[in-house]
Amino acid sequence: MTLDFSPVWAGWETLATGAATTIEVTACSLVLGCVLGLLVGIGRLAPQRRVIYGLCTAYLTFIRGTPLLVQLFILFFGLPQFGIMLPAFACGVLGLGVYSGAYVSEIVRGSIQSVDRGQMEAARSLGMPYRMAMRKVILPQAFVRMIPPLGNEFIALIKNSALVSLLTINDLMHEGEKIISVSYRSLEVYIAIAFIYLILTSATSLVLRRTEKSLRADGRV
Amino acid sequence: MSTTVNEPIVSVRQLAKSFGANRVLNGIDIDVQPSQVIVVIGPSGSGKSTFLRCLNGLETAEEGTVRICGHALVDNGRMIDENGLNRIRRDVGMVFQSFNLFPHLTVLQNVTLAPRSLARVSAVDAESQARALLAKVGLGHKADVYPGTLSGGQKQRVAIARALAMRPQVMLFDEPTSALDPELVGEVLQVMQTLASEGMTMLIVTHEMNFARDVADMVVVMDHGSVIEAGPPAQIFGAPREARTRSFLQAVLSREQAA
Repeated sequence: MTLDFSPVWAGWETLATGAATTIEVTACSLVLGCVLGLLVGIGRLAPQRRVIYGLCTAYLTFIRGTPLLVQLFILFFGLPQFGIMLPAFACGVLGLGVYSGAYVSEIVRGSIQSVDRGQMEAARSLGMPYRMAMRKVILPQAFVRMIPPLGNEFIALIKNSALVSLLTINDLMHEGEKIISVSYRSLEVYIAIAFIYLILTSATSLVLRRTEKSLRADGRV
Repeated sequence: MSTTVNEPIVSVRQLAKSFGANRVLNGIDIDVQPSQVIVVIGPSGSGKSTFLRCLNGLETAEEGTVRICGHALVDNGRMIDENGLNRIRRDVGMVFQSFNLFPHLTVLQNVTLAPRSLARVSAVDAESQARALLAKVGLGHKADVYPGTLSGGQKQRVAIARALAMRPQVMLFDEPTSALDPELVGEVLQVMQTLASEGMTMLIVTHEMNFARDVADMVVVMDHGSVIEAGPPAQIFGAPREARTRSFLQAVLSREQAA
């Protein structure tokens, strides 16, 4: 048995375009996931605000408790039944972003709650309203602590994005399968794809580690 | 105590609070005149810190009335609304046992954050005021470092400067030296003594009996959520009336001598 990578080399341009689409889908859903996660995470800080807390908890429970693939299929194949036809790319971003947001929200909530409560007391005792104290004192500290778990989440998001190939989006996975369908070199192409995903995830983790290091410099916590 | 010339800057009437079934404050009455230094002492769990925290709304009083600088923080057990609370807090500086400096900001930014965000002071004014305050607490040279690099005594002095930056009418100190190594206590007390001599109105919860003796205008002894005795330091330390005051002082002072 011999490995023949020539279809990979011949199709590098296709793979590069696919990787670009993967990056695009991931980046868009990452932004959506972070915004949703921040809002939901803060919403779940105050159980006494029952409606907001209830909505946020319902979102978290449903999204975290069901498979991403099922959620994507509901968006792409299910919604058209009601006449809602979203473009594949939008379905992919929406599905991944909403899914990731659930996990990000728990990261946000945990990081905020890990900031010593004396910080909020000090800010409030100076006369700062709750939101201002949250924005200027708590979140900047919580943010640094979010980076390692967010790194895990971003990496998971990049890998999960392979599922959007099933929504006809021409991402890395999808482009790879196109090459396989004409060359029948599954192993070589899948190895190549895995390697490209590895580069993407490693780069992400490197950037985050650098960011965290620079934020923690000079004795800052 | 009711025959006062000035309007008291802090006036507390029948202040009470419970944590669940545990009644931690049991009808406190205190008047603080401008420029007065009140030191609150008492055994741990006597409600001293909770009392202090009720004076800037970090704890919610359940009964009684608290008036600060003419505003009712608590009116017959009813807390003022959020906006009013934020306004009163600008007049009441607080220094915590655990400093609570903002670790993500430099020393200078710690001091300028609230004035810049709240008092609509320009960046230049806030900074020159902050530098003056830092110089005053002896830390002018530390303006640009992060709090993580400071000693406990330095942190607490920055915390005092940060509270002063809002130009408060009253300063609350909640065991300001309890988290410090013994050799660092003096530098913090020194700053507080200077403040007192400049006429700052201060309420201080502390176990530093010598400081209370030297600096306080009135010493308040609390036990089980009540004020059991209050008076000038000479009276409290020299001729305490209450048996509980005597046994508390005996325990504290003998420990100090042993140390």
